[in-house]
Amino acid sequence: MPTLNMLVLVCLLYVVLLFLVAFAADRAALRGRGKWLRSPIVYTLSLSIYCTAWTFYGAVGFAARSGLEFVTIYLGPTLVMIGWWWVLRKMVRVGQAQRITSIADLISSRYGKSNTLAVFVTLLAVVGTTPYIALQLQSVTLSFAAFAETGPDTAQAMSRQATAFWLALGLALFTILFGTRNLDANERHHGVVMAIALEAVVKLFALLAVGVFVVWGLAGGVSETLARIDASEIAEWNVSGSRWIGLTALSAAAFLCLPRMFQVMVVENENEDHLRTAAWAFPAYLMLMSLFVVPIAAVGLDLLPKSTNPDLFVLSLPLAEGREGLAILSFLGGFSSATSMVIVAAIALSTMVSNHIVMPIWLNMTGGNAVISGDVRQVALLARRLSIAGIVFLGYLYFQISGGGTALAKIGLVSFAGVAQFLPAMIGGLFWRGATRTGALAGLLIGSVVWLYSLFLPSFGASMVLSEDIMQNGLLGLSWLRPQALFGAEGMDPLVHAVMWSMLLNTSGFILFSLLSFPKPIERLQGAQFVNVYDHSPTTGGWTGGLAQTEDLLIMAQRIMGGSQAQSFFARAAERQGIGGYLPEPSPDFLQALERELSGSVGGAAAHAMVGQIVGGASVSVEDLMAVADETAQIMEYSNRLEAKSTELTRTARQLREANEKLTQLSRQKDAFLSQVSHELRTPMTSIRAFSEILRDSDALKPAESSKYASVIHDEAIRLTRLLDDLLDLSVLESGQVSLNVQTGTLGDLLDRAAASAAGGSGDLEIRRKRGDEDIVLSTDLDRLAQVFINLIANARKYCDANKPSLTISTRVAGDTLLVDFIDNGTGIPTDKQGVIFEKFSRIGDTKAGGAGLGLAICREIMARLGGQVTYLPGQGGAAFRVILPLQERLAAQ
Amino acid sequence: MGRQVLLIEDEPNIIEAIRFILSRDGWDVKTHSNGVDAVDAVRARMPDVIILDVMLPGKSGFDILTEIRGDAALAQMPVLMLTARGQTKDREMAERAGASHYMTKPFSNAEILETVRQLVVT
Repeated sequence: MPTLNMLVLVCLLYVVLLFLVAFAADRAALRGRGKWLRSPIVYTLSLSIYCTAWTFYGAVGFAARSGLEFVTIYLGPTLVMIGWWWVLRKMVRVGQAQRITSIADLISSRYGKSNTLAVFVTLLAVVGTTPYIALQLQSVTLSFAAFAETGPDTAQAMSRQATAFWLALGLALFTILFGTRNLDANERHHGVVMAIALEAVVKLFALLAVGVFVVWGLAGGVSETLARIDASEIAEWNVSGSRWIGLTALSAAAFLCLPRMFQVMVVENENEDHLRTAAWAFPAYLMLMSLFVVPIAAVGLDLLPKSTNPDLFVLSLPLAEGREGLAILSFLGGFSSATSMVIVAAIALSTMVSNHIVMPIWLNMTGGNAVISGDVRQVALLARRLSIAGIVFLGYLYFQISGGGTALAKIGLVSFAGVAQFLPAMIGGLFWRGATRTGALAGLLIGSVVWLYSLFLPSFGASMVLSEDIMQNGLLGLSWLRPQALFGAEGMDPLVHAVMWSMLLNTSGFILFSLLSFPKPIERLQGAQFVNVYDHSPTTGGWTGGLAQTEDLLIMAQRIMGGSQAQSFFARAAERQGIGGYLPEPSPDFLQALERELSGSVGGAAAHAMVGQIVGGASVSVEDLMAVADETAQIMEYSNRLEAKSTELTRTARQLREANEKLTQLSRQKDAFLSQVSHELRTPMTSIRAFSEILRDSDALKPAESSKYASVIHDEAIRLTRLLDDLLDLSVLESGQVSLNVQTGTLGDLLDRAAASAAGGSGDLEIRRKRGDEDIVLSTDLDRLAQVFINLIANARKYCDANKPSLTISTRVAGDTLLVDFIDNGTGIPTDKQGVIFEKFSRIGDTKAGGAGLGLAICREIMARLGGQVTYLPGQGGAAFRVILPLQERLAAQ
Repeated sequence: MGRQVLLIEDEPNIIEAIRFILSRDGWDVKTHSNGVDAVDAVRARMPDVIILDVMLPGKSGFDILTEIRGDAALAQMPVLMLTARGQTKDREMAERAGASHYMTKPFSNAEILETVRQLVVT
């Protein structure tokens, strides 16, 4: 016979093994190794915390007492996994997009990050889960007791209380160690998940082993087992249809709403695709778990004395048969079921309690300054650890007070019914845009009150909390308020009755108040984010930047996320914005990202409040309000979805617009140019045509007239040719296709050449030069430079309006630059015209002295090609042009 | 005394050509080669017909035409517009400004003669 000491030793060894597995998994995850940690199989196994000790032991008891009814407990989740796969997928997607930390966080975030809702959900979850934890403690103590009864030395037996106490302590310790290593609840607890997966394997293996032993070892084969089942009362269909449906629906709802299920299913989920595997693997797991339940129950009823607790058949059958090894295995299976449930439930609840109750209170008490000056991180961690200890202790307390009686056995379903109250608000929030915070609050409130009154309080047993009088005659003597026959619904199964009324009233209240109330802007935004999670880029309506102090935000984030993590987050954000350093602009995008990051640590509502305290001001921007005011949901969703795209498009459009403006301007310039060219060409052609027709058609022309008209035609033809030459020259220069013919010569020679070329024609122009200054050797395209000089001299000759026109050409070297000034003694160019004289076709004054107005434009282009420039020099008395040429060319050439 | 035509044009060769063509047909050709005071010249001369260039120094032919059409005494005066910028846009502008006729340079001598004659008859 195994002694209790040995059992304790086995337990300790098993726990040490779990520690090692969890530790190794955490280490592997930390080093980025261990892909298998994130495999869909581990995910599926972690879901098996649904099968607690209550199902491990209790299913057999259930089967022994009420036949096949136990199947409903497995049927509900199976239906959810297979049929409601899309609901799960949406939950997981929303959970990841919004960095949801718990079911309370989900509901609170959906309804405008309302902390009231979060607190309410948390409290209800604690109330619903505490008895369940007590149940786990009870099942382990009972299994200890089962060993003790068979043991030789009953004196060795520890008291149940002591067992429960040490168990609770150990579980709290384990949970604190592995559940609060990271503050960020969104960072997966790899160690814990791995340990749970291992426990899932152990409990399945244990149950299967016992089952195989019972069927083939005790009953003597499959057919004999079936015969025994037929003979037992289990075979009788003694369950009402309504109870079947009720229980299946209840377990389905609980599967979605249990905080611990939410923790493993959504929060710990690594990859949405894992759901695909889980959709078939988890039902398969459940099927295996339930495979031997009926045989064990039937054989147990058959073989064991009537006094034996059917809940412990799994354990007492091997014990009675003297199979100690199998009994210990079975015990470990039950132990695994119990511990994994407590650990995950404690993590899930502690996250909720610390994020939604402790932290908000602490923030409120310490005021806004604490966010910056206090050590939020430590406080949050401490809050979470204390919460874990507190929750496990509550479970222990409940176990102590209730005395571990049979009342506890029923508490499983009572607890299910409690958490099922979350369902309308959660599912409604995921799929119905119209759901509001008021509706959710109302539904939850009504549902939980009905649940408390009709199921939870009566579950303590008659006249424990509710007096016999109330039970029989209703509250205040109103018969329609009898807890188990509300509104006159008599004769129903109490559980089905309570589930029906609570869910019915909850859902109706939720829908009714949602329809009647008007959601706040932030609720609408969050609603759109949740309902259309697949369409949205994961952004929530949020902060308007500008007032925020990025540095304060960084200080706060460091306190919560830890120094290096916060700094790298800020640095990344800054980099994304194209800024160096650690302080990004507090843009709405950045603030939203930060809030989401923080919400992973302290929950959505608290993160919202913390960022709000620093950023200050409205939490909803004017644009958000405008978007909300727009009642057509499609437009809003559409615009949200396209937001990122549209900013990008706006940028591109702006670039296009600029390019287009440039092109339009070029096109306008081209039009103007063509128009000018047309004018310049048509004018001489007009004269040519008119005079040639005169010459052709008029017979009686005097010889002088004929000759005059012929010379006009001649002059205009030359003018046309010159115009075309200039145009071609200019176009070559402008297109940059001109090749420079670099030669060497002195400036003096070049000016001589130019003066000679420009001489002749009308008017006498005196040119004054200081030849002494002009002995400068140039190495450039001399022909082009001469062209510029000729143009300037010719202009002076043509346009200088002095009585005795003269042009002074002075030369000066300033540093590396050669300056040649051409200054005449005329009236010069009016100030307002000085800016345009270098433009094409610009002509000053009335003179039509043959030029097309291209000369200076050509000069400007030439000088640009030569690396210099030609400018107008104001304030010199007459018209003054300065030619500037860098002498590096000369030096380089020498 | 023949009918009078006022030629507002700044290109000397074109002035000479038109003067020759019209004088031979018996017209009294007066010229003005500046845009700024062109309207004053019109008021002073009160010609039977005006030939108006578009590109004039000082003031554009369109502006001058608009001013003529705005003056009750001159509003009915026939105006032949000449332009060297043969774009449809210019034709439209001329029509909007109220030109009686519009002609693109270069023109044939017979054409301008015929046009001026018609403008006075109508």
